[in-house]
Amino acid sequence: MEVPILKQGHYLIASIQSALTDADLSQLREALIERVGRFRARGVIVDVTALDVMDSFAVRTLRDIAHMARLRGAETVIVGIQPEVAFAMVQLGLTLKGVSTALDLEEGLAFLNVQTQLRIERGGPGRIDRG
Amino acid sequence: MATKGKDAQSSLPDPQAQTESTAALLRELVAHLRQNRTQLREEWARRITRAQLLTAMTEEEIFAEATSVYDNYVEALETGTFEALQAYARNLSERIIPRGVETHEVVGIVLLLRDVLARSLFAKYHEDFDKLNRILDAYEPAANRIANTVAVGFVQERERIIRQQQEAIRELSTPVLQVRERLLILPIIGVIDPQRARQLTEQLLRAIRTNRAKVVVIDITGVAAMDSNVANHLVQTVEASRLLGATVIVTGLSPEIAQTLVTIGVDLSEMATVGDLQGGIEEAERLLGYKVVPLEELTPKA
Repeated sequence: MEVPILKQGHYLIASIQSALTDADLSQLREALIERVGRFRARGVIVDVTALDVMDSFAVRTLRDIAHMARLRGAETVIVGIQPEVAFAMVQLGLTLKGVSTALDLEEGLAFLNVQTQLRIERGGPGRIDRG
Repeated sequence: MATKGKDAQSSLPDPQAQTESTAALLRELVAHLRQNRTQLREEWARRITRAQLLTAMTEEEIFAEATSVYDNYVEALETGTFEALQAYARNLSERIIPRGVETHEVVGIVLLLRDVLARSLFAKYHEDFDKLNRILDAYEPAANRIANTVAVGFVQERERIIRQQQEAIRELSTPVLQVRERLLILPIIGVIDPQRARQLTEQLLRAIRTNRAKVVVIDITGVAAMDSNVANHLVQTVEASRLLGATVIVTGLSPEIAQTLVTIGVDLSEMATVGDLQGGIEEAERLLGYKVVPLEELTPKA
């Protein structure tokens, strides 16, 4: 199933609606990275609220998306990880290191607003750590 | 020990005596115990006091309880059913456990009663050894079962209370509190076992979601010791909270815990720690963009 990617201002929003196969995930990655360039996006939000399970491939793909998007000039934030999923991920050692996370879409947008604002103030794209 | 009732003693010929059923023997026994109720009961209460059992209770209380235990005892012997006795034992345990009566005391008094009654049987039947033997054959299994029932009832009641208290502690012990909009604190007090650690994490993650928390302060001032399992669990909790978009600050690590964590080599580099709860809340407010100032600084000076 293809994941719809919405453009909202300077941001791209990918909202995952159901469990995805590995192929779907790879497809999502390619599509997002391509669109970051096409729409000159500043931020990417991947909403995983609907997922009640997250395997290592999914986590790695999300991490790849974040790193690749950063190289293309956009900050990524993963939103909506369920409490049970979060704890299962941590127990499996899938901690999404170096990837920003937020509670839900609203929080993700607020986070990106702050991040991109910072980047503009400091002049030009660059890697910004959350602290 | 004086026994009356020699008159009741029958000197039946042997063949007939052997056909006497256990039930009949028990009936005779019960009649004997009923007849000598006052005296045996007093003797028993005396022995309890002498053995310094049930020191938490007054003499009158001991006598009152002894009376009802005695009657229940005799009834159990008579009917051969233990339900009433079980219920009584439970009821008794409920009353005396809060007063600090120990298991050995309860078992002790029941065994004392057994001794007192056996003595009276010896005294009554000492002339007819054969009969004494048969009476004891009937009496001993029943008496042992009674002792068993009472002791088990007492221990079960104790365990029930312990379970109840554990449950209460568990429910009370993990409050997740909101102190400001989007700021939660989780004070942990007492021993953290793996089960409690898991429960803590679940509650915290759920609370982060429902309260839309951005910062969580976990205060472990009240935790005396921590092993590597619990420490790793704490690190995992911090990580999981981050995945939900919340920052965790851990406060109040005691010197002992700090030393333990460093010695066992738990990786705490991902964990923000602040000395005490106040510092933790101040840091959290800074992260959330709050600033707490005294009122007089807000009012312009005249």
